[in-house]
Amino acid sequence: MLELLHQVFTDYTLRNVALGSALLGVVGGVLGAFAMLRRQSLLGDVLAHAALPGICLAFILTGSKQPLLLLLGGGLAGWLASLAVLAVLRHTRLPEDSALGVMLSSFFGFGVALLTFIQHSNNANQAGLDQFIFGQAATIVASDVLAFVGLGGVALFTVGLFYKEFKLLSFDPDYAQSLGLPVRGLGTLLTSLTVLAVMVGLQTVGVVLMAAMLIAPAAAARQWTDRLSALIGLAALFGALAGVSGALLSATRDNLPTGPLVILCISAILLVSLFLAPLRGLVWAWLRDRQNRRRIYLERLLLDAHLLHNHAVLTPQTLAQHRRESLSAAERELRMLQAWGWLEASSTGYALTPTGHAKAHELEAAMRVGAKAPGGP
Amino acid sequence: MTAHSTTDAQPPLSVRDLTVVYHEKPVLWDIDWEVPAGRLCAIVGPNGAGKSTLLKAVLGLLPRASGQVWFFGKTLAQARARIAYVPQRGTVDWDFPTSVLDVVMMGLYGRLGWFKRPGAPEREAALRCLEQVSMQALAHRQIAQLSGGQQQRVFLARALAQNADLYFMDEPFAGVDAVTEEAILRVLHQLKQQGKTVVVVHHDLETVRAYFDHLTLLNVQVIASGPMEATFTPENLKRTYGERMTGASLPMAPSG
Repeated sequence: MLELLHQVFTDYTLRNVALGSALLGVVGGVLGAFAMLRRQSLLGDVLAHAALPGICLAFILTGSKQPLLLLLGGGLAGWLASLAVLAVLRHTRLPEDSALGVMLSSFFGFGVALLTFIQHSNNANQAGLDQFIFGQAATIVASDVLAFVGLGGVALFTVGLFYKEFKLLSFDPDYAQSLGLPVRGLGTLLTSLTVLAVMVGLQTVGVVLMAAMLIAPAAAARQWTDRLSALIGLAALFGALAGVSGALLSATRDNLPTGPLVILCISAILLVSLFLAPLRGLVWAWLRDRQNRRRIYLERLLLDAHLLHNHAVLTPQTLAQHRRESLSAAERELRMLQAWGWLEASSTGYALTPTGHAKAHELEAAMRVGAKAPGGP
Repeated sequence: MTAHSTTDAQPPLSVRDLTVVYHEKPVLWDIDWEVPAGRLCAIVGPNGAGKSTLLKAVLGLLPRASGQVWFFGKTLAQARARIAYVPQRGTVDWDFPTSVLDVVMMGLYGRLGWFKRPGAPEREAALRCLEQVSMQALAHRQIAQLSGGQQQRVFLARALAQNADLYFMDEPFAGVDAVTEEAILRVLHQLKQQGKTVVVVHHDLETVRAYFDHLTLLNVQVIASGPMEATFTPENLKRTYGERMTGASLPMAPSG
């Protein structure tokens, strides 16, 4: 591992790949956070796929494989596609998922058709264009990293500039418009910034996997925080972390592709977050749920015991009859209450301890007021 | 009644010939409507009458097929700073990662202008507005933890932060608890005392007379509009809600 880290600083290729992937993670995380909150994650997927025909057209028109030129072609096509999608959503009655699904496939299909056409056109220069489908991070050179810094810098700077407006736009667009904000323009701007993020990712993860870099960092960050600023920061951090670890992992062995590994890393971060994040993690929610159920069960049991203790005798037999359960179940429950210190054995069977009495009275009082269950939020 | 809204010669809201069409079907037809200054005005009508659509069309949130709208004799763009809107609380995602105070401060974004971030003065102003709806204790809560009534009061506080002269509220009383209903009523009366004008989409014929002093009955067209006592008549209600509404089912008993 240390050797790998050392390589990042000395190995020219690895350094560029790691930097490029980290930049992609940061920019994708930040813009993806807004896309997620605006429920436009799939729009990011469409515009990433739509970059492929743009890349091919840029190559056909110029005959050049200059990376920046191809990225610009891809970005322009993605941008036009996103405008087209928004127009279709606004003006037709197609359901949103149908519209997005069909446009994604048609743009991508067009791209693959162009790619095949180029590959059979006897143009000796065409080799390597297909790397944009799944990405080929090893081709990233220092000038590409510089281009990423420029693209990503513009995107992040603009988000910082319009942070307050983007926040309101994402939360309540109608209200934003009632304040006089140009919501359509702001929405287009935010989508255009997503295009910049996609351009940063085209070489590293390619058009097919790009959506994951927009969705996963934000979705993972959401599990850990309830604040927008923290959500954006965490999404950027997770994205960068996945980018660097993906690059490092792919360097451990020959023939390990960087892009897919970056995606696997961010997926792992998302999985861990979904299960273990203290705020929303499934494991904690399950434990809290179980604890609540157990608490309510114990409280009901104590109230039953209290009732029998006050109006009859509390023995395994009477409890079993009262709760319509087996004698062995009643015996187990009485032992459970005893273990909690709420019951003690007496001459006639069982009796409530002072703590048990106090707890039972507290529960009864709470039920009379009709308030929330004691101990609840 | 010293607020400058009452010294305007022009009414707070004047609508002429407003028509809104949705997929070739008119949802609002030829609306001529005027709201007098300093009143609490209710818009009432059956489901699908276009009540919310009317507010949105007036505020420019929906395209209009025809019609003109003036606020205090000016266009929407010119009068924007004097207008506040309380949308239906169901229109936003309450799981959005933000706090109560943050949402209320959004009411000040218009005044803050581009690029400026809200700071200490905005925080204090927002807290004062939360106090008016008895929500100051929950200022730092996540909005996901609020009850429906509390959500409604946050939206109300956000509009109060705008310090407008004309308020539009879409169904603020829908599905709220008694505490919230009382808080909204208190705010409505404060606004009236300050000479502000409030237009409220309302759904409850039982309470409309007690809460408001001006009434607009709407069913795609404006059926009747005027002072409460003159407008809340069995004939008008029947024309609004249709024949299925007989005299017996109308809440005509005098209310407090």
